[in-house]
Amino acid sequence: MTDEFAVEMQDVVKRFTTPEGGILAAVNHVTMQIRDGEFFSLLGPSGCGKTTSLRMIAGFELPTEGKILIHGKDVSQIAPFQRPVNTVFQQYALFPHMTVEQNIGFGLEMKGVSKVERSARVSEALEMVRLPGMEMRKPKQLSGGQQQRIALARALVNKPEVLLLDEPLGALDLKLRKEMQLELKSLQREVGITFIYVTHDQEEALTMSDRIAVMSKGVALQVDKPEAIYERPATKFVADFIGETNFLDGVVRGQTGSTVEVDLPGTGTVYIESSRTFANGQQATVAVRPEKMTLNREISGGNNLTGRVEEVIYIGTDTHYGVRFAGSHKARVREQNVTQGQKALASIGDEAVVSFTRTSPRLLTE
Amino acid sequence: MINWLRRNKSAQGTLLISPTLVFMIGLLIIPLILTLIISFGKRSADGNVIYSFGLHNYIRLLGVSYNCSAGQTVCYDPIYTQILWRSLTLAFNSTVVVILLAYPLAYFIARSHPSRRNTYLFLVLVPLWTNFVIRVYAWMMLLRTQGLINSALAWVADLFGRPFTPLEMLYTPGAVLIGMVYEFLPFMILPIYTSLEKIDGSLYEAAADLGANAVRTFLRVTLPLSAPGMVAGTVLVFIPVMGAFVVSDLLGGKQVILVGNLIQRQFLDARDPTFGSAASLILMALTLVVMFFYTRKFGFGEEIAIT
Amino acid sequence: MTQKPNSLFVRISALLVYVFLYAPIIGLMLFSFNASRTNIFFGGFITQFGPLQMEGSTVVQSPCGPFHWFCELNKNAEVKQAAENTLTIAFVASISATIIGTFAAIALQRYNFRLKAFSQLALYIPIVIPEIVMGIGILVLFSQIFTILSGLTGARFSMGLPTVIVSHIAFCIPFVTLVVQARLQGFDKSYEEAAMDLGANELTTFWRVTFPMILPGVLSGALLAFTLSLDDFVITFFTTGPGSTTLPIYVYGLLRRIITPQVNALSTIWILIVFTAVLLLQWTENRKA
Repeated sequence: MTDEFAVEMQDVVKRFTTPEGGILAAVNHVTMQIRDGEFFSLLGPSGCGKTTSLRMIAGFELPTEGKILIHGKDVSQIAPFQRPVNTVFQQYALFPHMTVEQNIGFGLEMKGVSKVERSARVSEALEMVRLPGMEMRKPKQLSGGQQQRIALARALVNKPEVLLLDEPLGALDLKLRKEMQLELKSLQREVGITFIYVTHDQEEALTMSDRIAVMSKGVALQVDKPEAIYERPATKFVADFIGETNFLDGVVRGQTGSTVEVDLPGTGTVYIESSRTFANGQQATVAVRPEKMTLNREISGGNNLTGRVEEVIYIGTDTHYGVRFAGSHKARVREQNVTQGQKALASIGDEAVVSFTRTSPRLLTE
Repeated sequence: MINWLRRNKSAQGTLLISPTLVFMIGLLIIPLILTLIISFGKRSADGNVIYSFGLHNYIRLLGVSYNCSAGQTVCYDPIYTQILWRSLTLAFNSTVVVILLAYPLAYFIARSHPSRRNTYLFLVLVPLWTNFVIRVYAWMMLLRTQGLINSALAWVADLFGRPFTPLEMLYTPGAVLIGMVYEFLPFMILPIYTSLEKIDGSLYEAAADLGANAVRTFLRVTLPLSAPGMVAGTVLVFIPVMGAFVVSDLLGGKQVILVGNLIQRQFLDARDPTFGSAASLILMALTLVVMFFYTRKFGFGEEIAIT
Repeated sequence: MTQKPNSLFVRISALLVYVFLYAPIIGLMLFSFNASRTNIFFGGFITQFGPLQMEGSTVVQSPCGPFHWFCELNKNAEVKQAAENTLTIAFVASISATIIGTFAAIALQRYNFRLKAFSQLALYIPIVIPEIVMGIGILVLFSQIFTILSGLTGARFSMGLPTVIVSHIAFCIPFVTLVVQARLQGFDKSYEEAAMDLGANELTTFWRVTFPMILPGVLSGALLAFTLSLDDFVITFFTTGPGSTTLPIYVYGLLRRIITPQVNALSTIWILIVFTAVLLLQWTENRKA
């Protein structure tokens, strides 16, 4: 049963003493299971505890409480060099005084692999990252993208049970980053090693991951597949951090079966389909993605709210409309520009109807 | 054992620092404490130390004397306070002269072409690598009555058919000042250069753009921004001059006696280690107090590390 | 560079300061070819080989010609002994201080321990007090220790090479620590983490990664310690004894008695050796870069 998981974090806490003498819980009771062979991302803003979690799996930090298991074996208190994991560092940390060959061969050398086999495996690893023949270069003589690949080769050549990547693409420019995303993903499929990938870039996480853990303030808010995270965010934070979301704050007025009646004070009443049960008078937020709203195209059996257009922004593929309702609510509606020379659906100052179905929103309480 | 050490970061640190602590405690802290203990003691007839407790050495340094002329039991003898004052003023004057000489050179180097800066700096360092004592000796040869300067002057006078009396330059306070300035000049040039070199070139452009001429740019931009270098240089010049005794011994003869000479003589010729210890501690206290107030006012320069 | 070139005033002042720095040294070197037995005045350059008429009626044999004083120096056993002592002290002291000071720098930069603030303070003291204070303190310490030891064993102890060497180590450690600490400040910890991540234990990580990377700092610390020890007069003066005379002490002793152009010859050799050594060092540095 335990072998199904490459890495397990069991109720892990990491507290640091701040320079001012306070105590900060960088990771606060996190439990998650990472499956074997999975591309798993830890996503969140800086300071959310994602890097600390990764560093605890690598062994650079020891957890204050809780356990970390790698393939069922408790590694919580052992040194980094005793763990079957390897790391690709944010700034690569390629040893500047060693050649590419010495860098990649370092891990094998530590394991006592013979010189002949080492050199064969180093060339193999260089082939894999598509930089053959670079053995004698020094890290300084390589471009950022090349250094990144060498760092990857240096970790993968050891055939770790789990590969840890700490924002490895952060230092690259946008175009190279996009290329590397796809390459990393296909490389992961090829080698079949579990990847744990730390990033603050939601698009990167959505593109590459099999599953994502969204973290904030030391807590894992939601662990799920990318589609689920996007379509069914568990909290307001997740909905806001991943993509763009309109939040309409209201109060639950009643529930009939799965249909919940929510009053948006001053703006109107909406009906939302939800699998959860809500109490009357409970505060709740209706979260709707801008592309799931329409402007001036009423949906029968859906929710239709009237407001005033405050902003019209043309961005090529879409036009965005900012609408303010009678209450304090605001929404941004994204309409695709489907036909050639399509006219704007409304102008600033116009009254307009914003519509969405009962199933598109998420009703969130936290 | 290994595992315990591996987990115990604090023990690792203590292990690494311990040889240093052995040296610092053994050859710095304990000697200073011994100096303090001895300074309260008395000199025996054969020049050894009799341990006792009394402030007599400090009282003597402050000018209280019991060997007075007729009728008085206690009187003021300014000889030691004069020596202390002489060291202080000499250290102050040397520092000022050193800054005045060091600044133009540091400025010149910092504003010359980057490819030439290292050579210019190298030329500043070369005199430092000749030995300390040899540098003093070089000035003895220059300043001597029949030395190079007087020979040159005599030659010039002869050229014009004028009579020439050699100048008495060696064994004067001026000679000691020149010697000190020469010894410690490079220690001021380097930190001033470092802080000048750090100034972003665009600041000069900004000052010019805002209408400042060269002089005002220098006074309002360059000088304040190079202050940390001058502070660091002052620390590096003032402290050694305060404790110097070789320069004054060789260039000042019996004319210029500094605290350093006073201390040295107590341990070698006069053989009163108790009085010498007291003088040494007074010197340390004086230096630390001056430097404390000085650095508190101007901040401790980061440029103190010499490359 | 958009800076304006230095003005004439700045250039002339800089030139004058350079003249001030070099005139004494050049004078010193010229006098090592002085045709006078004492260096009280300049008796012209030695130009011929063989018998040489000096002031008064003295005639000296000068088979070396202009290099007469260098040859005399070469015959001087005291100088040779002093030179040997100086180098022995400088090598032993700088190597020991470099090792000890590097450990201290690592401890202060990387670890937290109870005596950290105290250690940092203790390492600052030698830098901010006049050298003579430390010299006197060490003199007092050793004379007390020797008095006690003599009382216990009946043997006589005196200062010598060992006392000079330990004292030199003590005053060099703070400077090495300062230099290495500066180097460590810019050292990214992730290099060490990477090494451990790849299976190297603490010791291997230090030797294979940390040490090679801080080596330039350690070397400049060692060079500084070597220079300080070579140049030191004050500490040596108070801790030296029979048989441990160094070159600066020897020269100082001579200066207080009689001055012969031998001292100039010695200085000239000294300056030339240091100058070539530094040039060589710079040249190898430049080749590496």
